[in-house]
Amino acid sequence: MRYLTAALSGAVFGIGLWLSGMTDTRKVQGWLDVFGDWDPTLAFVMGGAIVPMAIAWQIAARGKAPALGGDFPAPPEPRLGRNLVIGSVLFGMGWGLAGLCPGPAMASLSWGGTGGLVFLVAMGVGMAAAPPLKARMAEAV
Amino acid sequence: MPADWLWGLFGGLLIGSAGAIYLLVNGRVMGASGILGGVLDGSARDTMKERLAFIAGLVIVPAIAVFLVGGAETHVTQNLSIVAIAGLLVGVGTRIANGCTSGHGVCGISRLSLRGIVATVFYIGAGGLTVVLFRHMWGVI
Repeated sequence: MRYLTAALSGAVFGIGLWLSGMTDTRKVQGWLDVFGDWDPTLAFVMGGAIVPMAIAWQIAARGKAPALGGDFPAPPEPRLGRNLVIGSVLFGMGWGLAGLCPGPAMASLSWGGTGGLVFLVAMGVGMAAAPPLKARMAEAV
Repeated sequence: MPADWLWGLFGGLLIGSAGAIYLLVNGRVMGASGILGGVLDGSARDTMKERLAFIAGLVIVPAIAVFLVGGAETHVTQNLSIVAIAGLLVGVGTRIANGCTSGHGVCGISRLSLRGIVATVFYIGAGGLTVVLFRHMWGVI
């Protein structure tokens, strides 16, 4: 059952990413391109996504446990830290360069062509390389 | 063409609903980079199958939908070096920052997590600056 609902969630997420236009790198780079032909779509996507999610957090705060058992995620860590900023800046640079982030990169695998595949493989390499990098950064403090 | 912002809003509602299902039913935060990253760096352990089910839904269902409507376009750049560098940056960055547009953006902002808000400010800022520099200054993308 857990796997079925996880797959359902992934499916709804993917369809949402596609219909919203977020698998189209032109729309994403268009949103980031404030000095060009600016495209506001991403703001509507973000706004539309935050509403059901905010309701879900409210329900979670009042509920005891998730429907399939276990615990709700812990409250967010209040500490910001250097990793959050450095990682987000690196992510933003890559996001701007290609117009893809992890969700849309996976959702568009079947129609993203060679470029999409190269992005996905490079992203996977980066993800696998991140934990040792993170450890190095922690030592360098 | 029907208004892009309307599709954005509708797709966004689906994205948020997917996150709501993953939270309220499975008890997890729907973050694309975290779900995939945990699989790739071996930190997933007992949640491996749930992550793979989510990814399967995310890849397969949009693939079928897009096939049925006769295809879609990501418009990702044909410059594969740029795509590879972008993928690496997104992979490393999201894992160092512990989240991307779905985890920090949608799920973080909707619970008013300071980390999510700060991460979003930095990746949008870095993304915007990257597009401005690489598109308008150097004409690379």
